[in-house]
Amino acid sequence: MSIKKLDQAALDTWVNKLIANQSVYGVQAKGERFAFGPLSKAEDLRLDYDVTILPPKKYFQPQREDLLEFNAKGEYTSVTETEPFILFGVHPYDVVAIAQMDTIFSADNYDVHYMTRRHNATIVACDVQNASANVFAGCMNTATVTKGFDLLLTKIGEFYLAEAKTPKGEKLLTDLPGGLEPGNLDLARREQVWKDNTGLLRKHKLKCNPQELPGLLEKSYYAPVWEAKAKLCFSCGSCNLVCPTCYCFDVQDDVNWDLQSGKRTRAWDGCLLKDFAAVAGGHNFRSSRTDRYRHRFYRKAKYVAEKLNQIACVGCGRCISACVPKIANPVEVFNELL
Amino acid sequence: MSNQDIYVPQPATLLKKQPMTEYETFYEFKLDSGCELGHGPGQFLEISVPGIGEAPISISSSPTQAGIFQMVVRRVGNVTTALSKLGPGDKVGVRGPFGTKFPVDEVMKGKDILLVCGGIGLVPVRSAINYILDNRRDYGRLTILYGVKTPADRLFAEELAQWKATPEVTVLETVDRGDEAWDGHVGVITTLLPLVQINPAQTIAVICGPPVMYRFVLKELAKMAMEDESIFVSLERRMKCGVGKCGHCQMNDLYVCQKGPVFKYSEIKEVMEAI
Repeated sequence: MSIKKLDQAALDTWVNKLIANQSVYGVQAKGERFAFGPLSKAEDLRLDYDVTILPPKKYFQPQREDLLEFNAKGEYTSVTETEPFILFGVHPYDVVAIAQMDTIFSADNYDVHYMTRRHNATIVACDVQNASANVFAGCMNTATVTKGFDLLLTKIGEFYLAEAKTPKGEKLLTDLPGGLEPGNLDLARREQVWKDNTGLLRKHKLKCNPQELPGLLEKSYYAPVWEAKAKLCFSCGSCNLVCPTCYCFDVQDDVNWDLQSGKRTRAWDGCLLKDFAAVAGGHNFRSSRTDRYRHRFYRKAKYVAEKLNQIACVGCGRCISACVPKIANPVEVFNELL
Repeated sequence: MSNQDIYVPQPATLLKKQPMTEYETFYEFKLDSGCELGHGPGQFLEISVPGIGEAPISISSSPTQAGIFQMVVRRVGNVTTALSKLGPGDKVGVRGPFGTKFPVDEVMKGKDILLVCGGIGLVPVRSAINYILDNRRDYGRLTILYGVKTPADRLFAEELAQWKATPEVTVLETVDRGDEAWDGHVGVITTLLPLVQINPAQTIAVICGPPVMYRFVLKELAKMAMEDESIFVSLERRMKCGVGKCGHCQMNDLYVCQKGPVFKYSEIKEVMEAI
């Protein structure tokens, strides 16, 4: 696969050309923060962002999506979106999270809704240029990536290197006007960015190897930290909502105005919310805040982790920033258990 | 890879409906495709009522009863209330069957069977009872213990009478509170256990009932020298998607919709959120 070197002007021309051809969702400023959104012109693209408010999972598992349409005769038909799109500027930790979600939704009961969007996506990853306040991807081996994207952009000085990883990425590069061939020095500078980022993206320092976390949790079920932290929990679910590897959902029927048809939709749900494990009739199988709080960490570092053979926390730090009572920091919790 | 949508229900038609108690109704359906449901005793379905939603409901009929499937549903939430308003000929959506089965074709074969049911716990177990009775020579003694709050809460009253009249079948019933007409046993379900004689090495026990019931019954079964490997429990959870994705039914690392609802007790004894 090819690598091109381009300056900002070439990047802008390229991005505008991509926008002209298909839907592009890219990172833009949103107030003082950043968010993925529909990109209408290259100059709005902010590849220097630190972290987005929500992870890009919303393009594969939207906050609310139609699953089925139904009518009063009880006929249900599947609804899937089919438009191809480019997701532009995904940080390495989010690339890892998307790859994990791909496994969750494709293996062991194939989820056609997630996977149709996923197959329609071309992912342009971008190495981090500015570390966010709470990122710890460096501790989770997710500060850089070698797979899970179609094309990777890395800023080296005033230039970008764009390397295609897949035929889809290669195809994007064919639209690139006036790209230069990178020299050995450019490649060495890119190596240095990767090395630096692994060190820089450690605003919180995990005192163990992430591979040790399932074992650590194995013996920590009754540790005092769960209750101590959960006492402060609002059960607001913010940590769930901003997490790139939270994928639990609720399903609901909405009837159209004609009262003859409707849609079955699914929406993000969160295991920290009080009624998450409640059944009809009133019994709640996870009624205590401590149980809900602990469950989330066990999912990330044990339950889902053992399924994926990889820790289901990518160190983006979004939960740390989103948590009002400041109890969501996974590094703090894990270090306390050590 | 498959492009089939795991969330699309297939249509089924309500054939019969019969109120059983104040809150529970018996339903009989057939799939519009004409196919058999293909379930095993203990499994559940996701039942859709168009415009209302979907809910997990256990299957109450035995697979030996061809052409139809039956459920008993407590009117307690949106979907179950909507279901109670349907009449014969009305359509529902069906996904499944999902989950694990009572091991009627495996370890239960050749064994004495002890079934301990509380309240609507009898509903899925009835599937196993009728399966066992339809394959009677494959099993030893069948003992059914059934506890409900009041005599008015008894489900399948006619079938209970039939089972009682069947040779080699023992049915013991209890109610938490009797009434003037009740001359049977009064007390919680565990008070029935000392009344039965079992050979623990030759017996497979099944427990299904309200969440609070399990630990007390398990304690009694341990006193009777039942091995954990010979006890099966059917557990209720919020099985929203049925396909191991949505997260609601999880107890620790186990998705009850896939690894359950029927578990061998020895396999979940150490699962903190299970019992």
